[in-house]
Amino acid sequence: MPRARSTDVRPPPFQAFLDGHREEVYRFLTGFVAPHDVDDAFQETFLSALRAYPGLRNGTNLKSWVLTIAYRKAMDSHRGRARRPVPVDDLPERPSRRSHAEDHALWDLVRALPDKQRAAIVQRYANGLPYKEIAGILECSEEAARQNVREGLKKLKGMMT
Amino acid sequence: MAAVDEILSRARRTPVGEAAAQGAARFVKAAERENLVDVVFARVGSPFGELLVAATPKGVVQLSLYGYDQSETLEGLARKVSPRIFESPRRLDPVRKQLDEYFAGKRRTFDVDLDWQLSHGFALRVLEATARIPYGKVSSYREMAEKAGNVRATRAAGNALGGNAIPVIVPCHRVLRSGGGLGGYGGGLAMKEALLKMEGALL
Repeated sequence: MPRARSTDVRPPPFQAFLDGHREEVYRFLTGFVAPHDVDDAFQETFLSALRAYPGLRNGTNLKSWVLTIAYRKAMDSHRGRARRPVPVDDLPERPSRRSHAEDHALWDLVRALPDKQRAAIVQRYANGLPYKEIAGILECSEEAARQNVREGLKKLKGMMT
Repeated sequence: MAAVDEILSRARRTPVGEAAAQGAARFVKAAERENLVDVVFARVGSPFGELLVAATPKGVVQLSLYGYDQSETLEGLARKVSPRIFESPRRLDPVRKQLDEYFAGKRRTFDVDLDWQLSHGFALRVLEATARIPYGKVSSYREMAEKAGNVRATRAAGNALGGNAIPVIVPCHRVLRSGGGLGGYGGGLAMKEALLKMEGALL
């Protein structure tokens, strides 16, 4: 019989998981999707996690797990949004950024980047993730994750000047 | 103008706590609508310190007395019942209210459904018999063993009561040693004694 390994850690009660990771998910979505899509994508992410939760056997890397789900849900919402016109008058304001017009402008440009560059930049800067974790979420190599951040930054710098 | 990576880094320091908490609250409502909530829990203040009470759709499944590690209790529920556990004081309002009334000496019986799934076999029969001991009365480990079908299993009855997942509501504090000694109590003997005095079973 195989012995229990250190990776065989039971996932915690969902409330603890939600409390522990809701801010990272929220930060990622705020940077990745349009402001009016953040809430839906947030709900979708955690509902999807909750459905899968009882079947989860390994609770050691739940942060990457839920950020991967958020990435997938965000791509769905981003694509859906691209096909639909966006009503301009009901944009919810993000009070945290109100004082920084240049922040606002730059994050709008971030949202125009290709998926992987956008995701890598948001995880790197808004969530402060190491490249290894970003690679896990984007299902690419660590070097590719670095490359995505570099390419994205280059484009942003080009657009800002 | 600030450098691009400097502006991007500011996002890391922007607080999102409140927005994320609101999103989480909306999510829990959606989870309830989709029947994805298997266990709810709430913390309840009492004269004996903070209690934790947990329920499934069937009824109250566990009450954890002050002094027990609450995260351990919740991890145990995640393992034995379901990891889909949420804090929901609102859904436990009726139980919390009845506990308040009981501790204030204004309630003699609990009108709540119970989920017995954490107890089995002989232990379950002992606890079911315990649940029928009226307010103001006491019984003995020996009598509980007898009611559960094995008069000689006094020690096993004691163990069953020690493992009572729903103390207070299932009043294991009303069970004493046959000689009249207090026996044991998970919340401490002082609590057992105080409850029995409040109920008028002890002077």
